[in-house]
Amino acid sequence: MTRVFVESVGLFAPGLESWAAGREVLSGRSRYCLEPLSKYRPEGLPPNERRRATEVVRLAFGACEDAIGQRIEQAAALASVFAASGGDFKVNDQLCRVLASKQRMVSPTQFHNSVHNAAAGYWSISTHSKAPSVSLSAFDYSVAAGLLEAAALVAVEGWQTLLVLYDNSVGWPMQGKRDVGQPFSAALWLTPQRSAESLARIDIALVPTGCRETVSANLELEALRCTNPAARAIPLLELLAARCDGEVGLTTAGGQGLLLTVAAC
Amino acid sequence: MNPLAITDYTITTALGAGLQANWSRVTAGQSGLRSIDFLDIDDIRTWAGAVAGVDDVVLPPGLESFDCRNNRLAWLALQQDGFRAAAAAAAERYGPERVAVFMGTSTAGIHQTELAYRELDPVTGALPDWYQYPGTHNSYSIAEFTRLALGVSGISSAISTACSSSAKVFASAWRALACGWCDAAVVGGVDSLCLTTLYGFNALQLVSPEPCRPCAPSRSGISIGEAAGFALLQRDPGSSRYALLGYGESSDAYHMSSPHPEGDGAYLAMQAALQQAGIDAAEVDYINLHGTGTPANDAAECCAVTRLFGGDVACSSTKGWTGHTLGAAGIVEAVLCLQSLEHGLAPQTLNTVELDPALGANVLLAPKHAALQVVLSNSFGFGGSNCSLLLGTRP
Repeated sequence: MTRVFVESVGLFAPGLESWAAGREVLSGRSRYCLEPLSKYRPEGLPPNERRRATEVVRLAFGACEDAIGQRIEQAAALASVFAASGGDFKVNDQLCRVLASKQRMVSPTQFHNSVHNAAAGYWSISTHSKAPSVSLSAFDYSVAAGLLEAAALVAVEGWQTLLVLYDNSVGWPMQGKRDVGQPFSAALWLTPQRSAESLARIDIALVPTGCRETVSANLELEALRCTNPAARAIPLLELLAARCDGEVGLTTAGGQGLLLTVAAC
Repeated sequence: MNPLAITDYTITTALGAGLQANWSRVTAGQSGLRSIDFLDIDDIRTWAGAVAGVDDVVLPPGLESFDCRNNRLAWLALQQDGFRAAAAAAAERYGPERVAVFMGTSTAGIHQTELAYRELDPVTGALPDWYQYPGTHNSYSIAEFTRLALGVSGISSAISTACSSSAKVFASAWRALACGWCDAAVVGGVDSLCLTTLYGFNALQLVSPEPCRPCAPSRSGISIGEAAGFALLQRDPGSSRYALLGYGESSDAYHMSSPHPEGDGAYLAMQAALQQAGIDAAEVDYINLHGTGTPANDAAECCAVTRLFGGDVACSSTKGWTGHTLGAAGIVEAVLCLQSLEHGLAPQTLNTVELDPALGANVLLAPKHAALQVVLSNSFGFGGSNCSLLLGTRP
């Protein structure tokens, strides 16, 4: 069993554009209303990087900056885990179109934006954090893999760690092969010790025989959870929003269960 | 945690398939780089480290949906040095659910998508029927392929932090073992030639028109290579001779595609590895540099090395043999370090005949035969992602 504490949460998804607004919906206190996601403007990036930041980077930043809020000074001391099932589909689409043409004139900026750790790179520039950062994917099971990686950084190395779970929508033609529905991004600031700000404690246990995936009772949120792999965090976010104790089951890529026992602080 | 035993390992690079093919060409000073001959590329003048025979590899039954150059390369590498048998023995011993898989890659099977875009439907713009995304282009495909090919069901992920990816898998595995989530971990990295990286690095003017010459005064960039490598880390060391003594990870927080000029992030990563292992800088016998051959990387890295170690420690880059294998560079160079420990040989910096005097580090231009106890391997990537691995003989 591995224990972490949740210091804060950030959210940036259609109809859930901040934790302050989103937790009202996630806790059932207000109705979910699907609205197109705004274009996020990353506050902490220098102008050059902000200009180059792609939609995926902005999506991740929406949740990251929401989780950090006014505590920008502390962000420099945070390690980070960026978990996304796929990469930057829009950039890949543009690169592949250019590479399939006669003149293969690739944009150098697009190339460096195409790496899976682009959001992590921009985030470290924004926060001046020189701490470890892991960017990973476990396809549809990236939330479970991200939680394990972040909890390990917290528990083994004692890092306060920002876990970022994000996946952008996919455009045509890739959408015909891979569709993740609406964009979704959430960030959890995890700490090894309880603080005055702690929202909850999470005990993480692997269940080798597997466990039932927890679903959302809200049909609209459940639809989001079923389509965007990052939105598999919704049942956990619902517990955190309601400040309730409870259990959340997730599945790992190999079919094991991940049981999260949540206790409100 | 105690040093983590590395019981089995293998690499397949442009030098050949398996440890012996690789090491014999290292000792013979024979490079795997050739003037580029990949697909229909005729507008980039460069050298590349291509692995022979990848096109002819057939994936095992049941894993056809993973068919792409990247996974063919992985499957070729898994046949070498008894690695599949070693993984099977670990699964037998601990249970398949107790064997984790952490694989590094930067581009996975993106080449499959590049090929599919040549066949977009002229009317609808749709991708061709034969193209499948999850088992090829998706970053996780290499970890899932490895997991299924080895028949294990432990926790798994693909780490994709550009050129530090398959060094960082060692850190993730160490932590997973420390948390008790697994008893053994297969770590590794696979990256294969593709248009995205060849034209991308070319657009950044980082590709050398000749075989790369790391740390030379007139160095002119990287030679891109492809490779696959695997290592098995186990809680029970058995009779293994080598171990991961420590690792260090850091971020540059500086620029997306240029290293910090004084190598601040590199310094932090190397320092963290020493600290975790409880080893003094003076105890390190050899450093396998990231040493890409770009003016900026080699200057920044050597600056960090001399700040932390002084100018005496023997260093070299092995990219003149294999090329820069990007997301596979971490595992390739970690395994070459294990070979250095075994054979008591710190390789020279192949292709480099003269050293940039501005660098200050003791970069080897000739092989150095000496008993080695502790060696360091550096891997740094885009986005300012750094990882250093400290490897040594088991105490």
